[in-house]
Amino acid sequence: MHISFFPETIIEIAGWPISNSIIMSWLATAFLLTIAFLLKGKLKLVPGKFQCLIETLIEGMENFMTTVTGDKEKTKKFFPLIATFFLFILVSNWMGILPGVGSIGIWEEGEHGRFLVPLFRSTNSDINMTMALAMISVIATQIFGVSLVGFFKYFSKFISFKGPIDFIVGILELVAEIAKIISFSFRLFGNIFAGEVLLMVIFFLIPLVVPLPFLFLEIFVGFVQALVFSMLTLVFLTVATQKGH
Amino acid sequence: METEAIKSLASAIAIALGAIAPSLGIGMLASKAMEAIGRNPEAASKIQTAMILAIAFTEAIAIYALVVALIIKFV
Repeated sequence: MHISFFPETIIEIAGWPISNSIIMSWLATAFLLTIAFLLKGKLKLVPGKFQCLIETLIEGMENFMTTVTGDKEKTKKFFPLIATFFLFILVSNWMGILPGVGSIGIWEEGEHGRFLVPLFRSTNSDINMTMALAMISVIATQIFGVSLVGFFKYFSKFISFKGPIDFIVGILELVAEIAKIISFSFRLFGNIFAGEVLLMVIFFLIPLVVPLPFLFLEIFVGFVQALVFSMLTLVFLTVATQKGH
Repeated sequence: METEAIKSLASAIAIALGAIAPSLGIGMLASKAMEAIGRNPEAASKIQTAMILAIAFTEAIAIYALVVALIIKFV
């Protein structure tokens, strides 16, 4: 049984290595885009069943976001980013549990004998992907803060010369922003990678019936991690764009 | 002892010790949240949202320990 921390490269296109987790992220994006294009141009005033389902989802997300931000205008501004984080991470996590992910692959020779290089691997079990998502989240927070509050007012939170205590608090805030990147990426990576390792070990030991509760756990963990990532991003966005102290 | 044995031991101890404090923290958080909901059932959804947020922060510490354990074992 071969568990590798880093994703394996499947092919190289024009010098860029394509890993198995990137392929899964393309599949997740294709799934979301298919749903979007199925509705494009077909939105009716009296909705059919599919449109009703999507509308329930979107309205539910918007109401939930308004309870966190407290302001409908802000919800409209943040909705695209937060909903994309939530849907992308949710679909990626759930697609990582499907049969075939981690088991369909190519046999290769290594120092310890033959091992399987899987063709598909859960997207967020790749530290590169979660680090990228975390950086997008934190940098988007800074951009939203600057655009909604003003450049000098926003950065006076980090670099302030009003007094010695404010100065040190500003430096701590800077360190906290870096810590947010690390904490976001490791939370998502740790949960999903540990889930993958757990499923691999359980399926290796007893492949029938016993893996069922672990699969349920993975479905639950996938949902909770998507929710936590988007909700934390939303909370930090709200805190960064609030006027006054 | 050989390096493989020490690596396995280190990985096990890392996650075992690292999971003690976050689990205590989550238990304390959840118990206080349930007390609060019991006192004031109308504020249940607000308390629930704040509780889930706080639990995510504490659980992240346990995940850091898990990642260190995985790094020791596999890298």
